[in-house]
Formats: sequence, structure tokens, C-alpha cells
Amino acid sequence: MKIKLETGALRQSTWHEYVLRFAFGGTVTALAGIIAKRFGPEIGGLFLAFPAILPASATLIEKHERQKKERNGMQGAERGRKAAGVDAIGASMGAIGLAAFAFVVWRRLPESGTGMALAGATVAWFLTSVSIWKIREVLCRRVRRMVASNHRSATAQLHKPLMKGRSDEQERAEK
Amino acid sequence: MRIVVGGAVVSVFALLGDLLKPKSFAGLFGAAPSVALATLALTVSKDGKEYASTEARSMIIGAVAFSLYAFVVGRLLIRRRVPVLISASAAITLWFGCAFGLWFAVLR
Repeated sequence: MKIKLETGALRQSTWHEYVLRFAFGGTVTALAGIIAKRFGPEIGGLFLAFPAILPASATLIEKHERQKKERNGMQGAERGRKAAGVDAIGASMGAIGLAAFAFVVWRRLPESGTGMALAGATVAWFLTSVSIWKIREVLCRRVRRMVASNHRSATAQLHKPLMKGRSDEQERAEK
Repeated sequence: MRIVVGGAVVSVFALLGDLLKPKSFAGLFGAAPSVALATLALTVSKDGKEYASTEARSMIIGAVAFSLYAFVVGRLLIRRRVPVLISASAAITLWFGCAFGLWFAVLR
């Protein structure tokens, strides 16, 4: 599947949805700091990967997808839920990249500059996430192709006696 | 300060996710290191590199729990007819269980 940049998607979001995301992000960042202060960096660190934004984004994706379908006069609930599910599966791959980010910061930060360590870790997140996504895409495509070819050969096997019977009948008719 | 920086970084990554297609690729940005970038940069300046590095070590476990959480939410939404907000919010308990369980088992 080709990766595309669609600016039209920006028109689907309203200003209060952007404000909501900003508020969520700010609150989670502040909470992560407060938890680290109260319980120490060992516990506080866990909350740097807390999925606080995901329920809000999944709800927004479901809403946008449902509205899009309903505008075309179709039922959009199922489609909306599935779109949010696909997004969440993507986030699960991105979270493995997040572990790579954390690993790079843990190992590199004490020895190198903060900017360099964080930039390197962000690159590690991006490369790991995209690689996992790409591998999954290739595997899924292969499985789909295999299922399709199995289906084709099964259908051909099923129709073989029917076709043979028909040609026998044709032969008899010709005689 | 934390609220403004965190809100801004999270919004930028969320915006990127909105712009990209297909949905599974855009989803990668749902697990972008937005909160971590904002927090770690501020933590280094306030508490030092060692403190931030310790936070990052625990974050690895949090990220593993995140991956499991997002996978379960994704499967619930695709395979079962569970409403989005309910499945995504209820599964947060899975993140807590997994993150603290792993932390006790590995780092404590």
C-alpha cells in the first residue's frame, strides 16, 4: 500500500478537537512529571509511554469515518469502528518503535548531548516503526495472495466435474 | 511550561497522523514519543541526565505494555462489536497490569 499525504483530512477536524488533543497532551506530560516527582524516575518513566491519547484519537477517527459514510447515505458505525481498530494496530507497531526510542535514550543520554540523544532516539523510533509496518504489509500481501490462489484452485477443482459433464453432453449432442 | 510543551508536541504528531494514509501507517503516530520528548528535555535541564536516563529505562517497559494494549484494542474493534471508547478505556487496565507486572519482574 502506498503512503500518501492528504491535506483534505484536516478539514474533518474541528477547532475544539485540536484544543482537546492539546489539553490531553499537556495534562499527560504534566502528570508524568508529577508521578516521577512523587514516586521516583523508575515509576515515572513507565508513564512516558502511557497510552492516554489513544482512546481520544480512536474516538475521533471512528466519528470522522462514520460521518463520512453517513454523508453518502450509508451505515458508518461498523466502518468507523474498523478504521479505529486499524489505527490502533498501527499504534501497537509504533509502540515497539517507542521501546527503541527509550532504549537509545537510556544508553546514549549519559554520554552524549541531550539534543543528539533525543534526535537519535526519534530517528530510531521512526525507522523501527516504519520497518515493522513495512514487514507486516509484505507478509499480509503474501498471505492474501496465497489465500486468493488457494481459493482459485479450489473453485477450479469444484467446477471440473461440472465442466467435464457439460463437454460429454456437448459431444453426445454433436453425434 | 510542561503543559504547553507537551500539548504542542502531542498536537504536532497527532496532526501528522491525520495527514497520512493508509490508516495503519498513520496509526504509528499514535505511539509517537511526543510525551517523552517534552518530558525528557525538561527533566534533563532540571534533574540531570542520570535521572532522565533512569526514566527512559522504565519507559521501555511502558512501551511494551503500550504495544500489547494497542494490539488488544485493535483486535477488539476489528473482530468484536465493542464501542470504541469503552474498549479503548477499559483496556487501559491491561496497560497498568502489564507495565507494573513487567516492572516488578524485570527492574525491581
